[in-house]
Amino acid sequence: MDVGQMQKRLLDYMNSLLKEGILDSQFAQLQQLQDESNPDFVAEVVNLFFTDSENLINDLSNALGQQNVDFKKVDSCVHQLKGSSASIGAQRLKNTCISFRKFCDEQNLQACLMCLQEMQQEYLLLRSKLDVLLQVEKQIVAAGGSIPIMEF
Amino acid sequence: MSTSTWKSGESVSEQFPAGLRVLVVDDDPTCLKIVEKMLKTCNYEVTTCNRAEKALALLQAHRNGFDIVISDVHMPDMDGFKLLERIGLEMDLPVIMMSADDGKQVVMKGVTHGACDYLIKPIRIEELKNIWQHVVRKRKNEWKELEQSTSIEDGVDRAHKQSEDADYSSSANEGGNWKSSKRRKDEEDELEERDDTSTLKKPRVVWSVELHQQFVAAVNQLGIDKAVPKKILELMNVPGLTRENVASHLQKYRLYLRRLSGVSQHQGGVSNSFMGTQDATFSPISSLTGLDLQTLAVTGQLPPQSLATLQAVGFARPSPKSGLSIPMIDQRNLFSFDNSKFKFGEGQGQQQQQQPNLGNNKQLNLLHGIPTTMEPKQLANLHQSLENISNMQVPVSQGNSILMHRGTARLPPNVGQPVTSNGLPGGLLPRNGHAENGRGAGGYTNPVPQTTSSAALTFPLNHGTELPGTNSFPPLGSPPGIQSLTHKGQFPQDITVNSEIKGSTAGGFIPGYYVLNDLQQLRSHDWELQNVGLNFDSPQSASSLPGSLESASSSLYVQQGISRSGPLRNSSSGGSKPSFPVEGTHNQNLGSIVNSSVRIKSENVVDAGCPSTLYPEHFGQEDLMSALLKQQEGIGPGNPDFDFDGYNIDNIPV
Repeated sequence: MDVGQMQKRLLDYMNSLLKEGILDSQFAQLQQLQDESNPDFVAEVVNLFFTDSENLINDLSNALGQQNVDFKKVDSCVHQLKGSSASIGAQRLKNTCISFRKFCDEQNLQACLMCLQEMQQEYLLLRSKLDVLLQVEKQIVAAGGSIPIMEF
Repeated sequence: MSTSTWKSGESVSEQFPAGLRVLVVDDDPTCLKIVEKMLKTCNYEVTTCNRAEKALALLQAHRNGFDIVISDVHMPDMDGFKLLERIGLEMDLPVIMMSADDGKQVVMKGVTHGACDYLIKPIRIEELKNIWQHVVRKRKNEWKELEQSTSIEDGVDRAHKQSEDADYSSSANEGGNWKSSKRRKDEEDELEERDDTSTLKKPRVVWSVELHQQFVAAVNQLGIDKAVPKKILELMNVPGLTRENVASHLQKYRLYLRRLSGVSQHQGGVSNSFMGTQDATFSPISSLTGLDLQTLAVTGQLPPQSLATLQAVGFARPSPKSGLSIPMIDQRNLFSFDNSKFKFGEGQGQQQQQQPNLGNNKQLNLLHGIPTTMEPKQLANLHQSLENISNMQVPVSQGNSILMHRGTARLPPNVGQPVTSNGLPGGLLPRNGHAENGRGAGGYTNPVPQTTSSAALTFPLNHGTELPGTNSFPPLGSPPGIQSLTHKGQFPQDITVNSEIKGSTAGGFIPGYYVLNDLQQLRSHDWELQNVGLNFDSPQSASSLPGSLESASSSLYVQQGISRSGPLRNSSSGGSKPSFPVEGTHNQNLGSIVNSSVRIKSENVVDAGCPSTLYPEHFGQEDLMSALLKQQEGIGPGNPDFDFDGYNIDNIPV
């Protein structure tokens, strides 16, 4: 597969992610920030996000698993995750956070737990998709090509 | 925390706004990195910080080193609004708030707390491009107010100001000539440091607390509407005081009152300024100090440097909310500008007492920064030591100043009660309200050092230098070992160090984030301790409870993000077909989850009481505040119109 083809595939892939709502325009902003001075910017941010989110989701499960659920803490975690998801353009994950927070306000534990599950799923999905994306980008760069930027 | 080169004093010039020095504070590493990159793309000089305390230390250590601050609203160690206040008071820098929260109330809070803008996450680069306007605007407003306030003063000062104004207006118009106005400020700052009252053409009036009290008493007696400088002067009967002195002081005072009433109208209580989150029946008294400074700062009367030194050791006895009781400050700094800075008087008074009382925070008046047993003579004596201390605060090494600040910052606001009454570092519990533990320790620190540093931090008083915890938070991405393990398409085995990490997380989390130490908090500590114990100190028992949920999650999401769990391998290596073993494991645990949830529900009542412990800082402070207020309420002349009870407290020997 030549570089051109790879780039085309990447673009298609990104567009599909867009359509599915897994990513949104904010991700394109990130890509635009990447330049020669910072060629791995997107990958770094994404990795940072993953690490951070995992911690948050962990804390969330812990918090929800307590005997006396501290909804404030849960809400705080969710809020954090919402912020970082929004920052990298993880739309679906962000939306899950929004619903999650509503349930937190209502102190609806069951709903929160369901949300947590959904959140974990969305997270895994996002992670796998982004991993693919980053890998392809890497290949393109290795092959001497440049990473196409999504247009919104 | 990444840094850019410091350019103290000398800042942008022709290429403005390029080179604008921005400090970004956000505990979300993802967002921090993104915003940093965006700002750099805008050709700004960026410094990032993931802790509010760190940010404050940075700002204090590098006066005139920053032009603008961007801060997140929700941060674990300090509420963003609090930071906003502190910065406004101490450094008088424009602050932009940002948050994923776009609720009207929160945005309103930003406005009332003095944020010059409020950005909703996700931040777009376009929004950051124009932040320089806030810097210009603020400077312009400051000079304007200064100009107005000094209009009554004698010609010498007027001429002085006018030349400054001319300098500034040109820079404002050009939008780029920072050098002249900055240099001017730097010169003035320098002036403050030297003992230069002799070089000033006119002797400055020292508006000490006593003097100010007399002033206020006179004003109250006359009635705020009828209070004219001449009559006030007569009532005060202070030799050497001129009508002009009183006039300018009166103007400041009026501005201050206006500001007070304006804020309370909006927010239904000045308390909001300090409470950050919940507002309760908050007495105006405690708000005074903060507002005073804020007024001072905002009206540009308080040179950033003095403000900074003002606050340098402020935490020693911060009013529980804002931590603004003015600590030591070089007296000269206060008066180097002109005598219109009446607030300095009280500040001075406050600072005076701070020092000797460092060791025994028994005086409640500290809340308002009102000196208790300070006699004028003592003030003079303290002057010397204060000088030394304030000098210390402007050292070359950042570390020193940070330590200095930190050391005092560590002092429990309420009263020298060590936070260890419950056996746990104070900072741990309240802060635990957030996912801080996971985040703080996980991505950035190694388990080992944290535990030790946590122990060290429990005695802030004695261990001003024991701040390794805070300072030791490695910059983003620093634990290469950890980072490299993730997201490289490889999935090493589980590193189930759950218990160790958890335990150490608890320790690692502590560093530096317990500004909130008062009685209430300590009490609540005990309660929360149990929970915390569950969560962190005894991970084993914790897992037995919601055990299933936890183990399931832990197997999926490695603690502290150190590694990926087994089941996830499939999803990542192939890349095309993510499998979701999650569902399976979760289903199994649903049963137990339901059980625990039933248990949880039945204890909702208790739970309701829990939240209060989460942010004991605010609540505790409130309680403490109201307790104090009750104490003092009966003493003051009780003129509620001015909300100035704090200054009328009679227990201050004059």
